[in-house]
This record gives sequence, C-alpha cells and structure tokens, in this order.
Amino acid sequence: MAKKKYKRKHYRTSSPTGLQILIREFLKDKLALFSLFSLAFVIIGVFVWGYYFIDQETLMRISLSDSYAKPGGEFLLGADQGGKDIFGQMIIGAKNSIFIAISITLITGVFGVIVGLICGYYGGWIDQLLMRVIDFFITIPSLMLIIVFVTIVPKYTVGAFIVIMSLFLWTGTARLVRSKTLSESKRDYVLASKTLGTSDFVIIVREILPNLSSIIIVEFTLNFAGNVGIETGLSYLGFGLPMTTPSLGTLVSHANNPLVLQQYWWVWLPASLLILFMMLAINYVGQALRRSADARQRLG
Amino acid sequence: MWKTIVRRLFIMIPQLFVLSIIIFILAKFMPGDPFTGLITPETDPARIEELSEKAGLNDPLYVQYIRWIGNAIQGDFGISYTFKRDVGELVGERALNTFWLSLFSVILLYFIAIPLGILAGRYQHSRLEKSIVLYSFITYAIPTFVLSLVFLYLFGFKLEWFPTSGSVDIRYDEGTFGYYWSKFYHIILPAITYALLGTTGIIQYLRSEIIDAKAMDYVRTARSKGIPMRIVYSKHIFRNSLLPIAAFLGFTITGLLGGSIFIETIFGYPGMGQLFVSSINSRDYSVITALVMLFGFLTLLGSLLSDIIMSIVDPRIRIE
Repeated sequence: MAKKKYKRKHYRTSSPTGLQILIREFLKDKLALFSLFSLAFVIIGVFVWGYYFIDQETLMRISLSDSYAKPGGEFLLGADQGGKDIFGQMIIGAKNSIFIAISITLITGVFGVIVGLICGYYGGWIDQLLMRVIDFFITIPSLMLIIVFVTIVPKYTVGAFIVIMSLFLWTGTARLVRSKTLSESKRDYVLASKTLGTSDFVIIVREILPNLSSIIIVEFTLNFAGNVGIETGLSYLGFGLPMTTPSLGTLVSHANNPLVLQQYWWVWLPASLLILFMMLAINYVGQALRRSADARQRLG
Repeated sequence: MWKTIVRRLFIMIPQLFVLSIIIFILAKFMPGDPFTGLITPETDPARIEELSEKAGLNDPLYVQYIRWIGNAIQGDFGISYTFKRDVGELVGERALNTFWLSLFSVILLYFIAIPLGILAGRYQHSRLEKSIVLYSFITYAIPTFVLSLVFLYLFGFKLEWFPTSGSVDIRYDEGTFGYYWSKFYHIILPAITYALLGTTGIIQYLRSEIIDAKAMDYVRTARSKGIPMRIVYSKHIFRNSLLPIAAFLGFTITGLLGGSIFIETIFGYPGMGQLFVSSINSRDYSVITALVMLFGFLTLLGSLLSDIIMSIVDPRIRIE
C-alpha cells in the first residue's frame, strides 16, 4: 500500500499529465482562457436560448409595419425587411451553424482518423491506393464541386448538405494522421508489442491512437473553425443550408442588396461579427491546444 | 530537373481524366437540357426527338463522353444559353479579368508579406513581432466574405474611395488612358482584400525561417568576419530565406482561385468566380462544366508550379 502511494507521487512529480499541461497553458495565456470561456458561453447560450426561449413560428412571422425597425425598442437588434427580429434569427442561425459545423467535424474527423491509421500502419498497396485518392481530392476545386453537388441533389436537406461537405473535407485529417502513424509505428514500443503477438487492432487502437490524441484534438478544433467558415460562406452565397433552415450566412447574405448593406447595417453586421468572433476564438483555443501538444512551443 | 517536370505532367493526366468524368456525370444530372429556351410546351414531341438525335443525346453515355472531351480539348465547350455565346469565348474574356485581378493581388500580397515576415523574424520577442503575429492570426481566422463585405461597406459605400462593382467605367472608350486607369481603379479594393487574407502562410514561414537562420553557422561566420548585422540580414539571411518563399507562388494561385468565387461575387467583379456563381443560379451547365474543368486544370498547374520552383530551389526533393 505504502509502496503504491510512493509510486504515484513519484509519477506526479516526474511528468505532468496531459490535463495539467492544458490547464497550465491556458492559465499562462489569458487571451486563450478568455476565448475558451466566452466561446463556451456563446455556444451554451445559443443552444439554451434557441431551444427554450425562441419559438421559430412566431420568429418567422412577417409583420410589415416593423419592416427594417431600428435596433433598440421592441427589437434588440432591429428587424429585417419582413419585420422579423434579427436577434432571434441570429440565435437560431448560430445554433444551426454550430450544430452543422460540429457534425461535419465529427464525421470527417472520425473517417479521416480511421483512414489515416490504416494507411500509416499497414502501408503497402492500401496506403498507395488511398493516398492517390487523397491526392486527387486535394487537387480538385472542391468548393466548386460542393456547390455543383448542392444544386443537383433532389430533395435537398441539412443531412444532404452535411454528407456533401464531409465527402470533400476528410482528406486533411487523413493525411496528418497517416504521417504521424507512419512515424509512430516504427517506434520500439510498437515493435515490442508485435513481437509479443499483440493483434494489429489492439496496437492501433490502444497503443498508437492514445499517442496521437493530442494532435487529433488540435486538428478537430481547427477543423471546427474551418467548417464554421465554409458553412457560413456557402450559406452566404446561397448554396449552403436549405432556405427553411436559417444560418448565420443567410443573415449576412441580406447584405447582397446594396441598400441593406448601406443603410440597414444592423441586419448583416451583428451576424458577421458573431462569425468573426467565433472564428477568432476557436482558432485561438486551437493554437493554445497546439502549443500544449508540442513541448517545444509551450509557454508554461 | 526535366525528369521531375515530365513526371509531374504525366501524373496530371489521370487526375484531369477522372475529374472530367466526374464533371461529365454531374452535368448529366443537372436539371434542364441544351434545348431549354428553344422548345415550348407546344413543340411537337417528334421535333424534340429529332433535336436530341441531332445533338447525340440518344447515343450511349461513353460515346457522348468521348465527343464532349474531344470538343473540350479543342476548346469547344458548346454554347451558353443565358449569354447566347460561345462558352470558350465567354470564359476567355472573364479569365482575362480574373488574371489581372490575381496578378495584382499576388504582387500586393508579396509586398505586404515579405517585409512583415522579415521584421517579425528579425525583431523576435519584441512588441513589433507580437503585433505582426497577431495580425497574421486575425487574417488567417477571418472568413473571406466577412472581410470583403466590411471593406465594401467601409471603403466602397461609406468613404466612397473605391467603386462598388464592375471592372471598368463604361464612360471610357477602350484603348484610352482613362479606360486602363478605370480598370486598375476597380481592381484595387478586391486585390487588397485578397492580399490581406493570403499573407499568413508567407509571414509565418519567413519568420520561422529567419529565426532558424540566426543560429546557423554561416551567420556566425559572417558576424565573426566583422560584417554588421544589418548587412548579414539584408544579404545573407534574406537570400537564403527568400528562395523557399518563391515556392509559395503555386499555392497562392490555388488559394486565389477558391477565394475568387467569394471576392468577385461580393465586389461585383466580372471574373470567372462571379461567372460561376451566376451560371449556377441560371443552371447554365455548359459554362459550369467548362469553368470546373478550367479551375481543376489551373489548380493542378499551381501545384505543378510549386513543385518545379521547389525542385529548382532545393535539389534534394527532386523525384528520381
């Protein structure tokens, strides 16, 4: 008993756990800490507010007497052409944008990690084949093809959008995980496990994967930011979410009308600023995570 | 050297081939057909049949594909039904606009990024470096369409410094000085937006390159010979760090093409990106297929260019 306690204590002083490193890194970088908390506040706030306090039916009701109502007064952030509350639309839009970005991040992430692990660990023809496929995806104009797909899919839904986006966005993660797995699978601990007769599956999932976890977390965070950007951008152009599902990008696209852009800034500017804030905050958190994953870059 | 280039060109062919098949199949799925506008509900079905037969729409798919790709290689992508013009001609005209915008953007981009990257690397741990890193972080994170809109609102509509759409003022005749000046004037604002958004990669790379170079032996040798640090920076380190930056050119071109869809749409600049969005909206699929093919080709060309420059600069990475 006493021996065990000593051992654990010794372990603690010798090298800090991943979580401790993370906490230390965020405490050192106050801006990253602020980003993390405000981001959590925005995401939780948007979901809670969107689900419990906003009725989409009443929100989307058109009232022409309130057309382009100014901010303040009845509407916190004013109203659009149809007299619909901008603030409410922004909450709903942000909720949809965040949900979709998270879905795409998870789908592309999981798929990319699996492909990367298989390619990197096994090598050989399977690696050759999949790498050619990835190379192909990298050299095609994916943004254009996403737009083409979006316009030709019959019965276009949110699910279809997520699938189309995921189809084109998994390659980056796969490439990263492959190269890391490749170097990891040549390490002694993997060779030792192989000699002991451990199955490939166990080596990949229980031995290599945990060693890649920090890189994967960083990659997921940065992908999340990227996906928010791509989704809102496509919705802005009118090729993102279906018209029935408002997104932050849809709100910004009101600015395509020069009159709205010039005179009714409250219609498009708040949503633009919210997108900007989310992109900056997520990326900043991602950078802090990246620093804590790489011992050479750590601040604390 | 030549081996590398030829090999890379051979790799390009199957990629373009697969892309063309995908585009051909997608085009088949697009709603509408080449006769939209030519036929009305009263048209005799036999006449439609005759038209399809004539256009070869009743042939097996692979025959249609071979005919399409054969024409495409010769630059014949058919006729745009919204513009009632030859697609090759239309795209060529727009491509020229995009070319000028891209050229000016790239020049501006390097003019902004190189000094900032050098300063950040030279004055490491200073306030200046911190603000340059912050700047490059912000421009990395900000989405293209948000910055474009804000700039258009601020400099186009509020301050009225720049025109808010088009590529040239119609008052001027072609060939006059006013005409070219007006063209240039329309390019400035979108080009600045482009350039600001694209600087991150070069700044980060140049900065870390210079920081690494400071610890190199050749720098110490130069210092010990009594060369002032100012000249070591401007002659020795600068030259060594600048070469890899040239290789960014290819990636920059690729990035510009993706961004052109947003920037040209927002600034109303009649280039290829804007043509693509308007063709998608009007379902003008002969133009869409031509543009996707061209963008695919240019993207491949961009990565080829990067590889070629890289293999000139750094002989170690040449493919045997």
